[in-house]
Amino acid sequence: MESAWSGGKSPFAMGSKKLGMWLFIISDTLTFSALLIVYSYSRLTNPDWPRPFPIFPAIAFSTTMTVVLLASSLTMVMAVMAAQRNDRKKTVMWMVATMVGGLLFTALHLTEWMNMIFKEHFTITGNPEGSPLFGAVFFGITGMHMTHVMIGVIYLGIVAVGYGRGKFSAEDVEVNGLYWHFVDLVWMFVFPLIYLMSVKY
Amino acid sequence: MSTEAHAAEAHAGASVGTNLAIWIGLVAITFLEVFLAYEQLQPAVMLSILVVLSVVKAAMIMSYFMHLKFEKFSLVLFLIPAAIFCICMMFIFFFPEAFRLLQMRPH
Repeated sequence: MESAWSGGKSPFAMGSKKLGMWLFIISDTLTFSALLIVYSYSRLTNPDWPRPFPIFPAIAFSTTMTVVLLASSLTMVMAVMAAQRNDRKKTVMWMVATMVGGLLFTALHLTEWMNMIFKEHFTITGNPEGSPLFGAVFFGITGMHMTHVMIGVIYLGIVAVGYGRGKFSAEDVEVNGLYWHFVDLVWMFVFPLIYLMSVKY
Repeated sequence: MSTEAHAAEAHAGASVGTNLAIWIGLVAITFLEVFLAYEQLQPAVMLSILVVLSVVKAAMIMSYFMHLKFEKFSLVLFLIPAAIFCICMMFIFFFPEAFRLLQMRPH
């Protein structure tokens, strides 16, 4: 008889890899929650909080980043659906499209960082516009998220190659998808809270 | 329903059309948030509205893209209340202490 904890059927009708990824996602949710709660407190209690993001170009730029990341989530959904149909060619194609979305997001994000650091003189310890806490939370939270995106791109590459060669199963693609959607989900909090709360009028 | 049948249903997930509709909804809420940024609301009001909209987007992503709607309900009960409890504990312990320290700050 199969053990209750061997994965696949009981207790949640899913494999141990998928359950493991869900547990990781919940723990990572708490990490980002703690960071965003500290950010929210800092934002509300510092009247001199910098507002470095004009609607154009900064907010338009970060909105583009958001749409790119959302689009990569949709391609990941397509990859998981193709994997469930056992269509290896299309699965790999959609996973590569997801990686392109992730790389584009990272490139746009780094462009924004370079602009802020070298042109507007925002650093992790100070800035010319107000509370020095801004740099700590902005670079801390967006840097943490960007690290997740880059790890996600590498993870996608490994699973895409492995699945294409028949070494990984459809479940591995689905577990990879969970991670990627989580990265997208976190950005759904980072974008409004960090960018839209610091718009320059 | 047998466990195997339930698992098969779980793997079915939503259709391409449903996922596309969810994606369009997520983009629409994002543009609504950007529109709100034009309105110059008070920071506390703006923060509250944005958090609510972000929670709605998170629920849409988890339910459809992450298939949580199609998993066994026991998994939802296993994961979500624990996470909400921990986040509530962070709020309960962090904010009163943080505001107490704020009042002690020299002016």
